[in-house]
Amino acid sequence: MSSVLFRRGRLIDPRHGVDGVHDVLVRDGKVVEVSAQPIAAPAGARVVEAAGQWVVPGFIDLHVHLREPGEEGKETVLTGCRSAVAGGFTAVVAMPNTKIVNDSALVTELVLSRARDANLCHVYPAGAITKGLKGEELAEAGELVSAGCVAITDDGRPVMNAALMRRALQYATLFDVPVMVHEEDLTLSAGGAMHEGATSTRLGLRGIPASAEVAMVARDMILLEETKGRLHVAHVSCEGSVRLIREAKRRGLRVTCEVAPHHFTLDDRAVGHYDTHAKMAPPLRSDRDVLALREALVDGTVDAIATDHAPHGVLDKQVEFEKGINGIVGLETSLALTMSLVHGGLLSPRRAVELLSEGPARVFGLPGGHLAVGAPADITVVSPDEEWTVDVQRFYSRSRNTPFHGRSMKGRVTQTWVSGRCVYEGGQVSPSKESR
Amino acid sequence: MRHLLGIEGWRRDELIALLDRALAHLPGGPDASHTLRGRVVANLFFEDSTRTRSSFEVAARGLGADVLNWGLVGSSASKGETLLDTARNIEALGPAVIVIRNRASGAPHLVARHVRCAVVNAGDGAHEHPSQALLDAFTLRRRWGSLDGRTVLIVGDVQHSRVARSNLLCLTALGARVVLCGPPTLIPPGLEEMGGEVTHRLDEVLPQADAVMCLRLQTERMGEAFLPSTREYARLFGLNAARAERMKPEALVLHPGPINRGVELAPGVADGPRSVILEQVANGVAVRRAILEVCAS
Repeated sequence: MSSVLFRRGRLIDPRHGVDGVHDVLVRDGKVVEVSAQPIAAPAGARVVEAAGQWVVPGFIDLHVHLREPGEEGKETVLTGCRSAVAGGFTAVVAMPNTKIVNDSALVTELVLSRARDANLCHVYPAGAITKGLKGEELAEAGELVSAGCVAITDDGRPVMNAALMRRALQYATLFDVPVMVHEEDLTLSAGGAMHEGATSTRLGLRGIPASAEVAMVARDMILLEETKGRLHVAHVSCEGSVRLIREAKRRGLRVTCEVAPHHFTLDDRAVGHYDTHAKMAPPLRSDRDVLALREALVDGTVDAIATDHAPHGVLDKQVEFEKGINGIVGLETSLALTMSLVHGGLLSPRRAVELLSEGPARVFGLPGGHLAVGAPADITVVSPDEEWTVDVQRFYSRSRNTPFHGRSMKGRVTQTWVSGRCVYEGGQVSPSKESR
Repeated sequence: MRHLLGIEGWRRDELIALLDRALAHLPGGPDASHTLRGRVVANLFFEDSTRTRSSFEVAARGLGADVLNWGLVGSSASKGETLLDTARNIEALGPAVIVIRNRASGAPHLVARHVRCAVVNAGDGAHEHPSQALLDAFTLRRRWGSLDGRTVLIVGDVQHSRVARSNLLCLTALGARVVLCGPPTLIPPGLEEMGGEVTHRLDEVLPQADAVMCLRLQTERMGEAFLPSTREYARLFGLNAARAERMKPEALVLHPGPINRGVELAPGVADGPRSVILEQVANGVAVRRAILEVCAS
């Protein structure tokens, strides 16, 4: 494979404390040279003139619903990977709550095989904690991990049974994979359609109190301490959870967490007059929660920004609000929403990259997330000040359910490189069937 | 053409104009013209409601409109048709107004976004019931002239009450002070942001009220542990004879119906001199005529 030279870009590599203009030389899918001084382009090398742009470790999304197998009308591994690379992601973690649940090596292997066919970005499946996500019996974590799962989760559903959760944490220590949890006490959220607050009252919708999440986070901190397990809290949405996680980290518990861009961007008022594109689980919370999440992004409580990319069809959303299905797509808007915090002066560029690349790699122990010599050449090139407008018609995802359609953004992915190969450039995703 | 999806979004002057128009529709009033002659009003009721549906039907017929009743039982909705498909099919029949009652909050908004005719909300979930609030305001205005400076106390299950929400918005827009009172489990957060005051102690606020509106206690809520029993509710929040004694002498009692006699309202009070409950029902037709006229025009 020929080499690629990224010339004069602003290299941001949080793991190695690098932030400045560098040249980066890639060969055979690996980073082979990084220098603040200009590197001479080897013969036959492709040169990427990156002056004025950021050259950063490829983004990694810990929380993506690819819908295959079972709901291919919403998304497939292929269309999800297209959406991912268009959003600057070089790796995604595929949630197991597909129609046919990923609770066995068979399904894990199918997802991995589809990902190989797509040949765009890395896909790491997450396996189920419990068989069929039913919350009754443990799925075979050993088989799932040896087939390639990088975490176990019943995402979309909580593990309500505390004894089962405790055993899952204990058992997963055998394989040192994180147990990823969707924290929702179903007795507190029952019948709820959105965050409980002034907006739910105005709209006459049953609210989901913040305690539905916080009470479960509190329970799991206690179980974590007792089991010495490893816990990753998915899509943290409220202040109370942040406070508990911050405190648990301070005490040295092995807990990590992620926040979704919609949760640090919008509050419950975005529901407006029953806009189902603002409906997700956990729900958009109060303005105060949004501020707490932003603070947690800054101070290191949050380890990763993860989209909870949840494709759904038009018919799933064009219904009465309480019947509307939860979730929005997120892969193609994640960087820009993160950049709005950078442009707003809240996040440093380095911290933003940490949250999109380095943090997620560290949390799940994935390759990538840095660009030192020897690192995989998973690279995202970002034009930090480019202005654009979200247009769902141009999404690579098969679904278009987003509240951000028509929103003006600043900051855009210009190129995505996976294992030294350009898979997204000039607004185009590369054809997928080409050989490696 | 205008939708009436809720009181939210209607200004004071618009509400007053509508209520003034309703005066002309009172029995013996000057306006006997059939302003909706040859037009169709479609009643799309997905929830049992004899009172409101009948009121809209009488109102529409009084205006000369043809009325189309599309109910839940035996209709396509029971065969799994989506709300939007049903609404589009009704729209194809060419109504001037679709009057919709649905158990889902926001259902009228969804329909209004996808049809070209006017949509009137006849009650959606726990969201709004604007025609009820307008007829309540109309009833109070006929008694008082103006609502400015008056205190209206709304008592009961505010959490699940669309009547409470619409009345809160409507009465405050018309100048009244609205106090909401009920057990903490049935008072949702943020009512202050909608202009209301909140208390849980009925006996403290009762003497301040110029009118008390008792909400129907939905007995199906008992299964969800919002309350220990109807008996305890009646003891703490029921408007009984003893409490009625402590009201201002001229204070009025309202209820949107149907009443749980002996729970939120004692029979003697419901049928007593303070009660304007049957006036509410009678005024409902005049107010709904005005609503249909304004929305269809």
